[in-house]
Amino acid sequence: MKSYLIKRLLQIIPTLLGITLITFIIIQLAPGNPAMLKLQMGKGEGTLGEKAFSEQIIQQTKELYGLDKPLYVQYALWVKRIFTFDFGFSYKDHRKVWDKIAERMPITILLNVISIFLVYLIAIPCGVYSSTHQGSFVDNILTILFFVLYSLPSFWVAMILIMLFGGGDFWDIFPVYGISSVGSESMSLLPRLLDLMWHIVLPVFCLTYGGLAYLSRLTRAGMLEVIREDYVRTARAKGLSERVVIFKHAFRNALLPLVTLLAFLLPSMFGGSVIIESIFSVPGMGQLGFEAVLSRDYPVIMAITAISALLTLIGLLISDILYAALDPRIKLE
Amino acid sequence: MADPAKTLDFQILETQSQFKGEVPNTYWRMVAYHFRKKKLAVFGFWITIFLFLVAILAPLLANDKPLFFYHKGSVYFPVFSGAEKIDSFVWKDLKKQNPFIYQHITGKEKATAIWPPVKYSPTEYNLLEYLSPPNARHWFGTDDSGRDVLSRMIYGAWISLSVGFVAVGIATIIGILMGALAGYFGGWTDTVISRAIEIMLTIPTFFLIIAIIAFLSPNIYNIMAVIGLTSWMGSARFVRAEFFKLKQLDFITALRALGASHKRIIFLHMLPNAMAPVLVSAVFGIAGAILTESSLSFLGFGVQPPTPSWGQILSQSRDYIEFAWWLTVFPGFAIFLSITAYNIVGDGLRDAMDPKLFR
Repeated sequence: MKSYLIKRLLQIIPTLLGITLITFIIIQLAPGNPAMLKLQMGKGEGTLGEKAFSEQIIQQTKELYGLDKPLYVQYALWVKRIFTFDFGFSYKDHRKVWDKIAERMPITILLNVISIFLVYLIAIPCGVYSSTHQGSFVDNILTILFFVLYSLPSFWVAMILIMLFGGGDFWDIFPVYGISSVGSESMSLLPRLLDLMWHIVLPVFCLTYGGLAYLSRLTRAGMLEVIREDYVRTARAKGLSERVVIFKHAFRNALLPLVTLLAFLLPSMFGGSVIIESIFSVPGMGQLGFEAVLSRDYPVIMAITAISALLTLIGLLISDILYAALDPRIKLE
Repeated sequence: MADPAKTLDFQILETQSQFKGEVPNTYWRMVAYHFRKKKLAVFGFWITIFLFLVAILAPLLANDKPLFFYHKGSVYFPVFSGAEKIDSFVWKDLKKQNPFIYQHITGKEKATAIWPPVKYSPTEYNLLEYLSPPNARHWFGTDDSGRDVLSRMIYGAWISLSVGFVAVGIATIIGILMGALAGYFGGWTDTVISRAIEIMLTIPTFFLIIAIIAFLSPNIYNIMAVIGLTSWMGSARFVRAEFFKLKQLDFITALRALGASHKRIIFLHMLPNAMAPVLVSAVFGIAGAILTESSLSFLGFGVQPPTPSWGQILSQSRDYIEFAWWLTVFPGFAIFLSITAYNIVGDGLRDAMDPKLFR
């Protein structure tokens, strides 16, 4: 197990390097880069005020990332920034980028952790039930439901939920703006927590259902494959109860690939956060990223891109550790 | 052990009885045969064809000019050309008078016009009719500048589909090249490419796309390119896996012995045999690209106004969500329908290609 974990940790290094490299390539697209500048000069767009503004941005960006220095120096500077979390100052309010992100990170991580937890909590029983009752009424309903959910764009669902429950023509059940009511600061801990929970019901729902549908379909497919295996037939043949066959022999084997899927769910969830947080005005990293792109706040954009990749990497590591803990072949190694 | 020859005979018999005489004799015919048996998949396929036709025929389906116009003894086809020669007030008045596609006016201004089903162009605004709910003239209602929502959606189909197809085309070409190189040469080439795939899967793609769009300008070509460049990993993995299997087969060894070049072996002999999974991942890819494009447009980072796109109409509706349900429901449903259709087709294709069916 130890050797496996060390191996996995070492494999993180090239991925980390790759992340620095890809984000570095994006910086090369920044205005202020000599080549890009030439390209943009040709167009001559924008009003005078806009031009002065972008001139300023260009100057700032050039200084921030040292765009007039040779490429390897630029890269070294960028890597140093990532590893020291020193992403410079926001163009918008001149605050430290890392401080801005640090205060917004908890709510985004909270939303995503709750969503991931719900995804696994609901998807696995549904998938297992569907596979053991293949072709039954409930299985058919679940299959269709998850197929539809899988294709529903989350921003549309969010809008419809706001339309239905947000106090328009229909019901006024859930708050659709922010994560706390006015005056929640003066509440005691429990009502405040309840208030927060009440506010994040809709955002969490929107973040959850897509992954839920995806994972449930995969659980079902995985279980169906495992159930056909010889060792499951053997388990049945030696007279074990169906319960033991399913949960002890089949399910444990079908579970393993699902654990590694965590690493693939996370990136799409972070992407979803941008949309969902900006719709529900949740003050998280996603909304910060959205605002940063709107105002061309390059230091913030680059910082969030790098940090969300690093967070996914942590998720990847967690799923690897879980995998190692669950798979006896690795445990015994 | 059973006699292998006998088992083989039995299998052939079984397959033949299953096909009732019409035995599909090539791989792709077998796939088509199995695909056609799935009613839902065929239904999804027809929806994709329908959307494709809507996108291509958009100028004929929704236009503020008549398709055919007969006026003062001359025949015009204003949608295609010659519109500037006619006094446009004539047909603009005509349009207001009559809700039908065919119009014939006798009297002083003798004229005949045949209109497209939707008599509004996507950018034609009418401030007297802003935010009107669906009615006889505007079937899907109008937006905040009085533009016809249905007309905008018809043109939006073109944006969605062209982004979907071009982005997936780019992604598939990159994926095939990467996967083929990794699978064929193996060794360190494979290590480097596999790592690259893993890294791309780790980075939150949607945010990466937004970040790139923030640096470039958000126009349709950039969006196609960026989606393509960030979604090639699926097909690369499939091609790589197929190539690993294929390169151990005898016909590849034979080709090597004959002195065929790497390029020839990869593109002429191996790739055609590895296309099936690529096709499946491309179909799913189109669904993904349509979703990404509409998400970008929804956030305002997509195709810029006044060019209509589904995501952008939805984004407009955010300001009027409390009452203008038609701005939310129709474009959202269009996105949902096209994503579902491609997902259904992808699912059906994957099942139809399942080797278990060919046994």
